[in-house]
Amino acid sequence: MPHDNHDHGALSPSGHPYRKDDDNELNYWQIMEIAVRELLIEKGHITAAQVHNQINAMDARSPANGAKVVAHAWSDPEFKSALLADAGQASRDMGFDIGPMHLIAIENTESVHNIVVCTLCSCYPRNLLGLPPDWYKSRAYRSRIVIEPRKVLSEFGVEIPQDVQIRVHDSTADMRYIILPAQPAQTMSLSEDELAYWVTRDSMIGVGLPQAPK
Amino acid sequence: MKVRVHNHWPPGHIRTPSYLRGKIGEIEREIGLFNNPEQNAYRLLPQKRHLVRVRFTMEEIWGDAAETPDDVIEAEIYAHWLEPA
Repeated sequence: MPHDNHDHGALSPSGHPYRKDDDNELNYWQIMEIAVRELLIEKGHITAAQVHNQINAMDARSPANGAKVVAHAWSDPEFKSALLADAGQASRDMGFDIGPMHLIAIENTESVHNIVVCTLCSCYPRNLLGLPPDWYKSRAYRSRIVIEPRKVLSEFGVEIPQDVQIRVHDSTADMRYIILPAQPAQTMSLSEDELAYWVTRDSMIGVGLPQAPK
Repeated sequence: MKVRVHNHWPPGHIRTPSYLRGKIGEIEREIGLFNNPEQNAYRLLPQKRHLVRVRFTMEEIWGDAAETPDDVIEAEIYAHWLEPA
C-alpha cells in the first residue's frame, strides 16, 4: 500500500480515531520540572537512573499489594488488630516499601460503610496501591461524594441499605486511607492467597465491594 | 469532644476544606504533630501543629439538603482551626 494513500483522519481497524500526536508546547510547570531535574543531575545530587528507578518503583505498585494486606487481615485476627491500630507499620511488617506514608485502615462492618476521597486535591495511598484511577481525581467524584455518596455509590453499582451508616473520609492533610472491606460470607473457607483475588481496588476505596474473581 | 471549625477565609495554602468551615463536629481521634502546611507550602520554617480527625454529620454540613442526615464525613483538621463548641 503506497504511503500517499495513508489518510491521517482515518479510523483504526477497530473503528476508533487514532490518538493525536502530542505536539503541544510544554507548560510552565513542565519546563520547571525539567529544569530542576536537569540541574540536580548536573550538580551531581541525583542521577537520571535514580529518577527512572523511582518512576518504575511507583509504576510497580498496584492494588494487588493492598489486596494482600486485606486478605492477611481477613485471615489473621492479630494482624487485623495491628492493621487497624497502625496500617502503615502493619503494611511495612508485611514487607511493603511504602516510604514515609502515614496510613489509616478503616473497617467496614454490618452497620458502617466507608469511602475515601480527597476533596482538596488527589491524596491517595499511592505508596501501597499505586496511582489512583482517573475518576478519583475528577472534580465530579471529589465534590459529589461528600454531598450525595449514596447516589454516587449507586452509579458504581453499589447499593448501601439505609440502616447502614456511610462515613466519607476526606484525606485533607497528612494521613492516607485504605478501607478494610467486610469479608464475604462465602469466602470463609478460602486460603489467604485465594482471598486476595476477591479484593478489588474499588473495594479498598469504598466505592466497590469484594467480588468473586472471574 | 465537640469542636467548631473556624469560619475564617485567609489567603494561602489552607488544608481546611471550605465546606467544613464554621461547622461543628466531634473529635474522632488525635493523630499527632505535623508540620503546619500553611507555612510549609511557602518554605517557611513550619511549626508543629496537632492534627485531629473530626466527624461531622451530613445534617450539620448540608442542613435540609443532606442526602441522609445521619451519614457522616470525617476529615483531618489542624487544631489551630478548631475551638470548643
